[in-house]
Amino acid sequence: MAMALFKHRRRAKQSHSMVGNAFSIFILIVMGAFMGLPLLLAICNSLKPLEELFIFPPRFFVRNPTGKNFHDIFVLMSESWVPFSRYIFNTVFITLFGTLGHLLVASLCAYPLAKHKFPGRNLIFWLIVTALMFSTHVTAIPNYLVMSRLGWLDNYLSLIVPAIAKPMGLFLMKQFMEQVPDSLIEAARIDGASEFRIFGTIVMPSVKPAWLTLIIFCFQDLWNLQGSNYIYSENLKTLPYALSQISAAGISRAGATAAVAVIMMIVPITIFILCQSNIIETMVSSGIKE
Amino acid sequence: MDSKIQSKEKNKSVYVRYIKKRAGLVWKDMKRHKVSYLFMLPYCLLFTVFILAPALVSMGLSFTYFNVLESPKFVGWQNYVNLFFADEVFLTAIKNTFLFAIITGPIGYFMALFIAWMINDIKNKKIRAFMTLLFYAPTISGQAYIVWKYIFSSDAYGFANGWLMKLGLTYQANLWFEDQRFIVPILIIVVLWMSMGTGFLSFIAGLQNVDQSLYEAGYMDGIRNRFQELWYITLPAMKPQLMFGAVMTITSSFAIHDQLAALAGFPSVNYAAHTVVSHLVDYGSIRFEMGYASAIATLLFIVMVLSNKVIQALLRKVGQ
Repeated sequence: MAMALFKHRRRAKQSHSMVGNAFSIFILIVMGAFMGLPLLLAICNSLKPLEELFIFPPRFFVRNPTGKNFHDIFVLMSESWVPFSRYIFNTVFITLFGTLGHLLVASLCAYPLAKHKFPGRNLIFWLIVTALMFSTHVTAIPNYLVMSRLGWLDNYLSLIVPAIAKPMGLFLMKQFMEQVPDSLIEAARIDGASEFRIFGTIVMPSVKPAWLTLIIFCFQDLWNLQGSNYIYSENLKTLPYALSQISAAGISRAGATAAVAVIMMIVPITIFILCQSNIIETMVSSGIKE
Repeated sequence: MDSKIQSKEKNKSVYVRYIKKRAGLVWKDMKRHKVSYLFMLPYCLLFTVFILAPALVSMGLSFTYFNVLESPKFVGWQNYVNLFFADEVFLTAIKNTFLFAIITGPIGYFMALFIAWMINDIKNKKIRAFMTLLFYAPTISGQAYIVWKYIFSSDAYGFANGWLMKLGLTYQANLWFEDQRFIVPILIIVVLWMSMGTGFLSFIAGLQNVDQSLYEAGYMDGIRNRFQELWYITLPAMKPQLMFGAVMTITSSFAIHDQLAALAGFPSVNYAAHTVVSHLVDYGSIRFEMGYASAIATLLFIVMVLSNKVIQALLRKVGQ
C-alpha cells in the first residue's frame, strides 16, 4: 500500500513540476475570477435596494439586501400583462418535454448508427455531422414556412418539436455509444434478447454520462429560447422573452432585470450541479474499457 | 460489325444483371436491418422536416424574390449580386462576422481546452467539480450576459466608468456601447466570457476518459514534461472530443448575434456590431424579404460548413 502510494507520487513528479503547478493554479484563479465575478455581481445587484444601485463610486457587494426586486417583477408583470408565473410555466413546460423527447428520439437513432452496419449508415451520419456545422439561423426562414403550413404558429409545438430534431445530442450519443463493447451486445443477442431489449437494458445504462451531457445541452437551448418568431400570444411567451422586455426598459429597471437574470441562471446552474456530480460518479464507476 | 453490336449488348446485359444483383443484395441487407431503420425513423422524420428540407429550400429561395404574401418569383443571381455590390451594410456585416469569428473562435477553443486540462490536473474531486461549474456557468446562465450592460453602463454608476473616474483616468463617463472605439473590444470580452460552452464539457469528459495505462507506457517511452504528455498521449486519445469542440466553436462563432443585439442594440451604432446573422434577422424577421434573407442564409451555410471541413482536416493531424 505504502509502496503503491510512493510510486504514484514519484510518477506524478516525473512529468509535473512544482512551477508548472503553481502557474496553472494562478491562471485558474485569474480566469475563474473573470468568469465568476460578473455572475456574482448579477446576484448582488438583484438584492440591492434602489439607492444602492445608483451610487458613486459603484459598490460591488450589497449592504442591505432586500427581496424587493424579486417582489417587483411579480407585481410589475402581473399588472401590465399576464402573471409572471405564466412565463415561468411556459418555459418549464417547453424545456421539460423538449429535453425528454430529444433524449429518447436521439438515443433511439444513435444506437443503430453506432452499432449496426446497415446500408445508408454513412450517408445518414454524414448528413447529421453536416447539420452540426450550421446554426439554426440558416434554416429559420423555411422553418417559419413549415410551421405556418403545419398550423403550429402560436403553439408550444413550434418550440418543442424542432428542439427534438437537433443534431448535436444525436452526434454526442453516437460517439459515446461506440465505446460500448460489442461483446456485451453480442452476448445479449446470443441469449435471445431483442434489439429493443438490448437498447434498454445494456446500451442505455452504460452511456449514462452521455445522457446527462445531452440533457444539459438540450435544456440549456430550450431554457434560453425566446421563440418570439413563432409565438404571438402573450400567455404562451417564454421567460427569456419576459427578461428581454424588462431589460429593454433600461436603467430604470436595473434591479428587476438583475432579479430575472438570477432566476434564469439559478435553474440551469442547479441542474448542472446535480448532473455534474452524477457524470463524475458514472465516469469513475462505469468507465467503459474494452 | 454485327458481332460487335452483339457483344456490346451482351456487355450491357451483363452490366444490368450485375446492378440488379447488387441492388438485390442491398435490398436484402436493408430488409435484414429493418429494426435499425425502425429505431431511426422518428429522428430522421423530424430531421428531414426541420433541418434537411429547410436547408435545401433556403438555397432554392435564395434565387427568388419572396415576401411571404405573394408566391416566390425567380430572379436568378440578383440577390447575391445585390448583397455584394449594392448592400454596404452587408459588407460591414461580413467584416464584423469574420472579426468576431477569427478572434473569439480560436481563443475560446484553446482557452476551453487549456482550462479543462488544468482542471483535470486538480487532485481534489470537490474543487475540480467547483472549477468546472465556475467556468461553465456563464454559458449555461443564458441571458445573464445582460449584467455586462451594468458593468459597462454609460453613466457614472456603471462599474467600468465609476472606477475609471474614481481613479481619475477619465473625467466623464464613457459611452461604452455607443462609442465605436469601444463596442467591438467590449463585445469580444463578453463573447469570450461565454465561450467555454459546449466544447469545454466535452473536453472535461474526454480528459477523464483517457486510459491511465497509456500514461504509464508514455513514461516508459521517455515522456518528460506535461506538454509532451499532452501532445503525444492526451490529445490523440481525445480526438473525438477535440473534433466536436471545434465544430461547436466554429458554428457558434459565426452565429454570434444575440449577445451583441442585447448589449449594443439592434441595429448598433453605425452597424459596429452588425454581423451576418444580424443582417439575416433584419431581412428575415423585420423586413420580410425572404428571398434576400435566404441568400444571406445560404452564404452563411457555405462559410460555416467550409470552415468546419478545413478545421477538421487540420485536427486529424493532432499528435502526428
